[in-house]
Amino acid sequence: MAVMNMVQAINSALALEMALDDRVLLLGEDVGRDGGVFRVSEGLLERFGAERVIDTPLSESAIVGAAIGMAAYGLRPVAEIQFMGFTYAAMDQLFTHAARLRSRSRGRFTSPLVVRTPYGGGIKAPELHEESSEAIFCHMPGIKVVVPSGPYCAKGLLTAAIRDPDPVLFLEPTRLYRLIKEEVPESDYLVPMGKARVARQGGSVTVVSWGSMLDTVLKAVEGRDAEVIDLLTLSPFDVETVLASVARTGRVVIVHEAVLSCGLGAEIAATIAEEGILHLRAPIIRVAAPDVTMPMPRLEGRYLPDAARIGRAVDQLLEY
Amino acid sequence: MPETTLASHAIHRLEILGEDGDVDKALMPELSDERIVRMYEMMVLARSFDERAVTLQREGRLGTYPPILGQEAAQVGSASALLPCDWVVPSFREMGVHITLGYPIHRLFQYWGGDERGQRGPESLNILPICVAVGTQIPHGVGIAMAARYRRDPAVVCTYFGDGATSKGDFHEGLNMAGVFKLPAVFICQNNQWAISVPLKQQTAAATIAQKGVAYGIDGIQVDGNDIFAVYRATSDALAKARSGGGPTLIECLTYRIADHTTADDAGRYRTPDEVATWRRKDPLLRLERFMAGRGLWDDDVGRRVREEAVAEIDRAVLAMESAPQPEAEEMFTNTGATLSRRQIRQMEVI
Repeated sequence: MAVMNMVQAINSALALEMALDDRVLLLGEDVGRDGGVFRVSEGLLERFGAERVIDTPLSESAIVGAAIGMAAYGLRPVAEIQFMGFTYAAMDQLFTHAARLRSRSRGRFTSPLVVRTPYGGGIKAPELHEESSEAIFCHMPGIKVVVPSGPYCAKGLLTAAIRDPDPVLFLEPTRLYRLIKEEVPESDYLVPMGKARVARQGGSVTVVSWGSMLDTVLKAVEGRDAEVIDLLTLSPFDVETVLASVARTGRVVIVHEAVLSCGLGAEIAATIAEEGILHLRAPIIRVAAPDVTMPMPRLEGRYLPDAARIGRAVDQLLEY
Repeated sequence: MPETTLASHAIHRLEILGEDGDVDKALMPELSDERIVRMYEMMVLARSFDERAVTLQREGRLGTYPPILGQEAAQVGSASALLPCDWVVPSFREMGVHITLGYPIHRLFQYWGGDERGQRGPESLNILPICVAVGTQIPHGVGIAMAARYRRDPAVVCTYFGDGATSKGDFHEGLNMAGVFKLPAVFICQNNQWAISVPLKQQTAAATIAQKGVAYGIDGIQVDGNDIFAVYRATSDALAKARSGGGPTLIECLTYRIADHTTADDAGRYRTPDEVATWRRKDPLLRLERFMAGRGLWDDDVGRRVREEAVAEIDRAVLAMESAPQPEAEEMFTNTGATLSRRQIRQMEVI
């Protein structure tokens, strides 16, 4: 075991998978010589060479498009899009092709690729550098969406994502990159996709959250009898773990950094309403960003859900 | 400080086979009589497929279909130059390429009849599914070329698209990346001069598509797309160059879409019958027949026999397509991912 932050844990997963499997290679802007703008791929160019750690032109669509071609050829590319706001330029490739190559070719070709991208606010970065638009990707069948909340699950989930036979969008909470340090095994291990984690046990209210919001949620529920579920995989999300917790607590708060309307919280709430409404003692509350364009840093403190807002929602439910 | 010329570029056009059937002997590629006959048979087969597809659509037996009429030389000529190890990344109007490579014809009918099973090509063919999202397939050819080079495989990737695709971002991003990495790739533009109702002049202010390669550091050449020998030669040369590490080539096959954009389109709304008639006289098939007649390879009997054999093959393919059982609803699910979520399994059970 070693103590690692999330940057080191992701780097470790990449290095191990590349050493284990010569089909795995990296491509993206600044991933090689610069080691990535957050240094996630630092040292990998020196270790694996320019054929496997590919500094590309500034071309989000062609980065993902080329990864699809590589995957169709039998490789396991890991593409980096520098910030989530720039995945919009590659959405055509993700939605039109990565998500449906298996279906369109009736299984003749598949796209076992990973698109890694830093996401989320709280880092005082320029416009489009702090997006949290995971719900858009969860709406498209054929793509899995994974979000770690700390170093241990980041390494295990990324390893699982690289080994997965289908495309995975891997969101890295930028604000947490160096904030949380944990014991992380130095060898490879899996945190299975599709399985949520109970981050904190409790009996009176269930708080469902993920990724960048998780440490804020854990702070917010201190001193309260709350169970916190860290979804880890957003698509497909672990319905069973959520419902089992709701069956015990009867109260649910869903917290996400993304805007409220049509966010993933709506899907989770609808699922609970369909499959677990008889367990509920109170309305479901969603704590999310308002339906406005993500502001620049001067206002992001007002925009992002904080511990006080989450705490108020929990207390409100506990009154029922 | 003086103003200097940093670079000047010339764009070449290749023509070998004239409308009268004569060839430029110096430029004529080395092709045995047997191969020329084979290329002719493929052109006839492609045309017979196309005619039948339009008829089947009119009869309600096929869905919306994009005809290839007039583009057979550009498709059969380029595909004839490929080796079995090469990869093809098609758009949606290159059924002549599929047919030349031996893609099962009943599966082409099946796809245009609204059944994805037609998109599953045989394992022996390195051809990606037909791509209807214009130009989005171009980066896939780039990635395949990167993968082939990484694996030290001799494969070259042939990526097809039309003139409309050259206005899309993926054309720029793909060709730029191919140029930067000097990839084993050939980009073949089927410039049929019409993107539904938008003529070439409104698609680009550039005098040629070929010159667009200059900006990416890629060799570009225009060929007479209705001249099967020019197309074959340009493709062969580009493949050989790519295979020996010389990097990518952009080939513009200047041809013409004689028919409507698709069976749902009426080209009479936006172009004149005179223009179409002019291009009908440049029919690539007639031109090859004239050449073959001069070489003693073609007469009316040969033409009739080749045509009858092609129609018989198309008949068999239509029968195979129409006698295939209905696809099962489960296939929608099982091909969405290697594993299904609990929710998908439940949805599959009740659908």
